[in-house]
Amino acid sequence: MAWLGILNYWIFVLLLMTGMYAIVAKGNLIKKLIGLGICQSAVFLLFISMGKVVGGTAPILDGSDRAYSSPLPQVLILTAIVVGISTMALALAVVVRIRESFGSIEEADVYGKEAEA
Amino acid sequence: MTGQETILLALALPLLGTLGIARAGRYPDLREGVTLATAIGLVITVWSLIPAVMAGAGPAATLFDITPTLAVAFSVEPLGMLFAAFASLLWVVNSVYAIGYMRGNKEKHQTRFYACFAVALSAAMGIAFAGNLFTLFLFYEVLTLSTYPLVAHKGDAATVRSARVYIGILIGTSIGLLLPAIIWTGGIAGTLDFTPGGILAGKIAGPALAVLLALYIFGIGKAAVMPVHRWLPAAMVAPTPVSALLHAVAVVKAGVFTVAKVAVYIFGIDFLKEQGMGTWLMIAAATTILLASLVALRQTNLKRLLAYSTISQLSYVVLAVSVLAPLSLLGAAFHLVGHAFAKITLFFAAGSIYTASKKTELGQLDGIGRLMPWTMAAFTIGALSMIGIPPTVGFVSKWFIMGGAMETGQYLVVATLALSTLLNAGYFLPIVYRAFAKAPPVDAKPHGEAPLPIVVALSFTALMVIVLFFLNQPVLDLIGPVTGGL
Amino acid sequence: MIAAHHLPVLQVVLPLVAAPLAVLCPGTRAPWVAAVLVSLAAFAIAVTLAFKVATTGAIAYELGGWPVPYGIGLHIDNFSSLMLLLITGASLAALLHGKPVIDKEVQSRPVSLFYGAWLLAVAGLAGMVVTGDAFNVFVFMEISSLATYVLIAAGPTRTAFSAVFKYIIMGSIGAMFYLIGVGLVYMMTGTLNMADMAARLHGVDDVVPVLAAAGFITVGLLLKAAIFPLHAWMPNAYAAAPSTVAVFLAACSTKVALYVLIRFDLGIFQPSLEGHDIQFSAFLMPFALVAMITGSLIAIFEKDLKRLLAFSSVAQLGYIVLGASLLTAAGMSAGILHLFNHALMKAALFLAVGSLVYRYGSAKLADLAGAGRAMPWTMAAFTVAALSLVGVPLTAGFISKWYLVLAAMEEGTFGWFLIAVILASSLLAVIYVWRVIEVAYFRPAPEGAPAVKEAPWYLLAPTWALAGLNIYFGLAANAPNGLAARAAADLLGGGA
Repeated sequence: MAWLGILNYWIFVLLLMTGMYAIVAKGNLIKKLIGLGICQSAVFLLFISMGKVVGGTAPILDGSDRAYSSPLPQVLILTAIVVGISTMALALAVVVRIRESFGSIEEADVYGKEAEA
Repeated sequence: MTGQETILLALALPLLGTLGIARAGRYPDLREGVTLATAIGLVITVWSLIPAVMAGAGPAATLFDITPTLAVAFSVEPLGMLFAAFASLLWVVNSVYAIGYMRGNKEKHQTRFYACFAVALSAAMGIAFAGNLFTLFLFYEVLTLSTYPLVAHKGDAATVRSARVYIGILIGTSIGLLLPAIIWTGGIAGTLDFTPGGILAGKIAGPALAVLLALYIFGIGKAAVMPVHRWLPAAMVAPTPVSALLHAVAVVKAGVFTVAKVAVYIFGIDFLKEQGMGTWLMIAAATTILLASLVALRQTNLKRLLAYSTISQLSYVVLAVSVLAPLSLLGAAFHLVGHAFAKITLFFAAGSIYTASKKTELGQLDGIGRLMPWTMAAFTIGALSMIGIPPTVGFVSKWFIMGGAMETGQYLVVATLALSTLLNAGYFLPIVYRAFAKAPPVDAKPHGEAPLPIVVALSFTALMVIVLFFLNQPVLDLIGPVTGGL
Repeated sequence: MIAAHHLPVLQVVLPLVAAPLAVLCPGTRAPWVAAVLVSLAAFAIAVTLAFKVATTGAIAYELGGWPVPYGIGLHIDNFSSLMLLLITGASLAALLHGKPVIDKEVQSRPVSLFYGAWLLAVAGLAGMVVTGDAFNVFVFMEISSLATYVLIAAGPTRTAFSAVFKYIIMGSIGAMFYLIGVGLVYMMTGTLNMADMAARLHGVDDVVPVLAAAGFITVGLLLKAAIFPLHAWMPNAYAAAPSTVAVFLAACSTKVALYVLIRFDLGIFQPSLEGHDIQFSAFLMPFALVAMITGSLIAIFEKDLKRLLAFSSVAQLGYIVLGASLLTAAGMSAGILHLFNHALMKAALFLAVGSLVYRYGSAKLADLAGAGRAMPWTMAAFTVAALSLVGVPLTAGFISKWYLVLAAMEEGTFGWFLIAVILASSLLAVIYVWRVIEVAYFRPAPEGAPAVKEAPWYLLAPTWALAGLNIYFGLAANAPNGLAARAAADLLGGGA
């Protein structure tokens, strides 16, 4: 059952693919963004998983000699989460403006109207 | 004035002339005065360089150093000097002629005509004085572009169609074949400078060399080696002064001049000989000479006949280069000059006939020698020079080319020249016969000679065809160093 | 002098700090002045850095004094200094030209928000170039991307929103792929410092994750760089963006992603992964060649001048990628030179287009009939830059194509095929450029159309400055060429 040891990575792949599917296949702009969000979460999982050390604890130095997980990926992911939130906020704002000016958030409608313009 | 400044002045003067012509556009007399003054100024400037070149110290000038390999640079050597000298001289004559022609035929857009002409001359000077292939290529393209409005001058649908063929073939061959050849040369030689003895010796051999040479020969579309000759008959839709100066002298001579220059200063005659590259070049040139003459035999339009004759005569120069012997090279250079004077005379005559009588077809020329004795006498002299009968300049160049071929035992060249002489006689003599011996058609409107400027111009060039037969020494002295350097 | 030592970080910090300050400026003029001054200062810093690198070699800077690889290191060499010049120069030129255009086209109110986003984009792009830390690149990439989304969304029509949405999705996927790749490399090497990464990759036993990382990073950056066939977001974004933004984007933004790509693939993977060169070339070269032809072909049929130029960029980016994919010093150097020259020509072209749109209110070819007569100086600058795009001798475009062909020639027989493609693409460029020239010069303005005046001098001056540079670097190519050659040598020498 070696694959169970890397279960986290399988979940990462699954999440990434799910997100990608939503981005490509869904016509609703909000659903596309949900897909994007799932993808981002997948990446967060990847980073957190790689920093995990078996039997390690939280990386708080207290003078004792225990094994602890690598703190760096977690710090990186904090940054990445911030970036992800900003992107999402901006994208949602754009969707609001699209709704205002095109009257729809369905991809087919929007690009159809764009072609008319 | 230093040599450098003279070179730059020779390039700038026609451009200044262009500005002057454009400014003076509304006053025809002033405009044509500017053209003439510019042309005369150019002759003085260019000819003032001759003593230095004769002394073996041609000046050089570098305008821009773009990269270590690329520079816009000029250097005057005998071949270029020769080209510049006769092209500038003939511009004066042609300007006189053009004044008569353009006014006589009440052509439109005359300002654009004279302006483009001046730009074309500046480009021709740039080609003549180019110090490296890059500079030459640059002015080569300027020459193509600046002559397009001249060819398309009339502006009707048929003319524009022909003009597209003209520019399509010239630009297509130069970008598609000549430019890759230049880049290739730069890549393997590391330089593009024209250097006595060539820059490619030992750097390329075998089939690759043959391919490179072919890229040059067919890429230099202006040399009109078959099958890239179609632009020249197409260019005949232009007003006759354009055909005369550009398509008998400046443009086509720029082509064969470039071929000669590439052979001598890029490949090096010795290198080509050592690699046995003369043969296929010779066959290509010989084929062009004979085929073009055969096509000329079948022409019924005077200017188109002259165009095919030009194609054939240009390949004389290529053929002479392919002999790779000093004497033939001398003949090649001399043919550049000789053919220029003879062919411009023929075109002048064709334009003169058109101006006086609106006749363009051979069948209409019966008895015209009686109505236009000066024109047809000049035409006859030009035709004799084409055939190569003394005392005309055409005889001298053929003599040298043949001499070189005999010396090196290349009897294919001798046979080609002999056969083509017969063919030339076959299409030129009937015209002369028709003009003088046949009676004019009875219902024809009588007409006299063309306007005076035309007659003056064509008499002068016809006279030069004969003068150069006797006084050829100065020309030979000028080009001696090129051939002596072999 | 302390400030001189801190120049590398100032290059990023200055626009970053100035961005919120610019937002606070009232009115339309004050924020513009602030943005111009900051761009000017940034440009001055870039010039100083370039001289410093040229004379004393690459600069290393440790952020906060923390030693590399524990802290974040900034690293500036020939290639980076060239990119900094492009970014800051393009920002300066676009802004100098842009005041009236921005006032007319930009929809955001107050307009100072626009300048804030602009400065953030500059800071992000500069950050991507100077940093020596792989994760830092991601952060700066997202800063610049987010700012760019805002800039494009400020465009005058509603298509700006749909174009930006497409760009956000594609851009985020690109950034995410990059992040995944960096994560995998970090997993195998335990470092994020690019130089350290290259060194430690040598000792890695299991190369499979690294190969996957190379794949993710390359594809992610290709998306950001709009390399064919991942270019779909670009033409819409360029066409919908305010003209001034199009200038800036076309001149430098996609090129910075390309810069990171070249850095990563050639600096980090190339020395340590066996067979990476073959994968890299075999993967990128076909795309480059197809891009050169299809980009130009589509450009021929475009009816909108901005989209036409965007597709021309697709083709021109193909030239750069082709140069890089040759993996020789000559090819790399030609690619970098073309990167620089292409920035010059596209900046000049979009500046001219900006002036045209300012007067005509449209970039549709059909509306621009007679522009050659109405706006002779603008169209003349356009023509000069377009000639450079085609690669006519005496312009910058000729020089880079010349070197590209020379580099292709080194490849032997296969090189001739490459040369044929380069020439074919150039001939196609003649056609799409000619279409514009023909409309502008040979088609009379329609009857009853309102008379159009020449653009004012403050629009003409920057346009002509850029067009002039196209000629200047076509005549004096030694400086950029030397810089490109040194940058290529740095890259292929193996140092990150």
